[in-house]
Amino acid sequence: MTTLPFPAGPIQTHSGRGVAVIGADIDTDRIIPARYLKCVTFEGLAEGAFADDRSERNGDHPFDRSEHRGASVLVVNSNFGCGSSREHAPQALMRWGIRAVIGESFAEIFHGNCLALGIPCLSAAPELVAELQEAISADPQAEFQLDLRIPELLLLSERLGQLRWPLHLDPGPHRMLVSGEWDGTSQLVSQDTALLRTAARLPYLNGFELPG
Amino acid sequence: MSAGTLYDKVWELHRVADLPGGSSQLFIGLHLIHEVTSPQAFAALRDLGLSVRHPERTVATVDHIVPTTSQARPFADPLAEEMLATLEANCAEHGITLHGLGSGRQGIVHVIAPELGLTQPGMTVACGDSHTSTHGAFGAIAFGIGTSQVRDVLASQSLAMTKLKVRRIWVEGSLQPGVYAKDLVLHVIRTLGVKGGVGHAYEFAGPAIEALSMEERMTLCNMAIEGGARVGYVNPDATTFAYLRGRAHAPAGEAWERAVAWWESLASGVDAVFDDEVVFDAGSIAPTVTWGITPSQGIGVDETVPTPEQLAPEERPIAEEAYRYMDLTPGVPIEGLPVDVCFIGSCTNGRLSDLQAAAAVARGRHVAPGIKAFVVPGSEQVAAAAEAEGLDAVFRAAGFEWREPGCSMCLAMNPDRLEGRQISASSSNRNFKGRQGSASGRTLLMSPAMVAAAAVSGHVADVRSLLANAS
Repeated sequence: MTTLPFPAGPIQTHSGRGVAVIGADIDTDRIIPARYLKCVTFEGLAEGAFADDRSERNGDHPFDRSEHRGASVLVVNSNFGCGSSREHAPQALMRWGIRAVIGESFAEIFHGNCLALGIPCLSAAPELVAELQEAISADPQAEFQLDLRIPELLLLSERLGQLRWPLHLDPGPHRMLVSGEWDGTSQLVSQDTALLRTAARLPYLNGFELPG
Repeated sequence: MSAGTLYDKVWELHRVADLPGGSSQLFIGLHLIHEVTSPQAFAALRDLGLSVRHPERTVATVDHIVPTTSQARPFADPLAEEMLATLEANCAEHGITLHGLGSGRQGIVHVIAPELGLTQPGMTVACGDSHTSTHGAFGAIAFGIGTSQVRDVLASQSLAMTKLKVRRIWVEGSLQPGVYAKDLVLHVIRTLGVKGGVGHAYEFAGPAIEALSMEERMTLCNMAIEGGARVGYVNPDATTFAYLRGRAHAPAGEAWERAVAWWESLASGVDAVFDDEVVFDAGSIAPTVTWGITPSQGIGVDETVPTPEQLAPEERPIAEEAYRYMDLTPGVPIEGLPVDVCFIGSCTNGRLSDLQAAAAVARGRHVAPGIKAFVVPGSEQVAAAAEAEGLDAVFRAAGFEWREPGCSMCLAMNPDRLEGRQISASSSNRNFKGRQGSASGRTLLMSPAMVAAAAVSGHVADVRSLLANAS
């Protein structure tokens, strides 16, 4: 559970400690098992984050270890968030306290679901991700300072010193997050004239009479 | 960049506007909802003071949480009951058609929309479920979305989307007897990997694809997402039109002829350009079984569990994790591996032809001692059609339970689940850790006929030898 406010407005910088969850192809069933989806609000989902992995590791999972309490930058490996489209997965991470994810690569639907919540999914080369995960292990108190405008990561650690890494953010999400336009419902709703024009040219909405 | 493909044509037709940052606003022709991923979307709509823009273009059913033994209301599980009651209230409030339990039209969302003729070529189809790619079988562009996007479709009948690349998966030859669309797609995923399709739409084409029935095409496109491709599709053809003709929501009369002419024009042309292409030979594919914890960890039933040395270096860490979780030794044959539970159903393989293929194996045989085997039809219509031809009796006589329609043990949100470290032979789509309701439960994915073969044998078996010995 987190006391951090949920993302709102332009997302340009974020500072917080890191937590690493290691492994390729971590699917959304593992991020939140299906039994936690039996709900009509997202409110209680924090406890479901990695629930099965956490009980299997009996307190030794990164999401349970005391040194990571309050961490907000999740560092993962490749194809993170594959499988089910459940938005409950990023919702559970967000409600646990995650505000940014850095990884080798992300599954597409998960990436989009994070964007819709204002949580950036930043990618980096496998070697860099491994270095970051090692840095978290060496100094869990190290501070991750993310600047999404560039985008880059500045790591401030008493033990490791000061390290700066470039990160990648796809151009669309980059612009949407930095400008604050990541919550696009109002933008979509505002295009009613163009929507009607599109509907008017779709044969299946018009008795299959071809336009023109 | 792709050009002239069905994907390009349908995308362009539905493009409402270009958005800042390179994405486009895309009109959604058909929006499907169910009880799990929609309640928070309706709540968000309420918070924003918005209404449902086109309630006639959203269709609802209930599938994920429904029990498959007794579907009497209220459900024994109060949370499941609350979810269904919430869906009913939301649909009533916003004027959305709900195909509920006992309506004759209820079932898994990806089974009922095609059988009602709602899914048609050239549409964009969205649903808060990753297996929405199923509808691509009709030459629709169909994809799974999250709950925030469900909210967006409800509010605006559109979505902000980024155009995908298009990869053609060209399949030569023809599938051998005992080898099904499920084996084909498991083979494709085994070859291209679980993230090979990220950023791509998969166009399935070639002689082997043209020979598939619509239900087989649905199985194929259903699992595109398991290979990382959010969209999978097949160009519409005579098989597509024959399936659609006469269905409840299909065009009729003069509109039918106009519809077919338009649908034919959508197929990728001979001069279409693809971002890339991969070629497969259907004739060389064996019945395929997964041994690990991702859908790409599949092997032919006549193969052995791969050793680390047989795998690419980047595949070894997850293989090691899979050996431990599945308790399998590298190098052992998969055939003969004992199973505990056999599940036939799901949006991948819960249609009539799936049940027919499984029944052909079960007929005159009996489930092996100690095995729990059950069949969950994909919809009320599938159940009725199967019962009309006596498949329920075939399964019951063979020792299978015959259940009510729903998603069931594919994701185990209802009471159907594995216990402890049980191993299931499953016709579903995901073998992830914990997927079937037990944190240590194990799943072997295979075709429905292979599940039936495992059920009567008590272990993983090659369905081809059982079919050869059929009475």
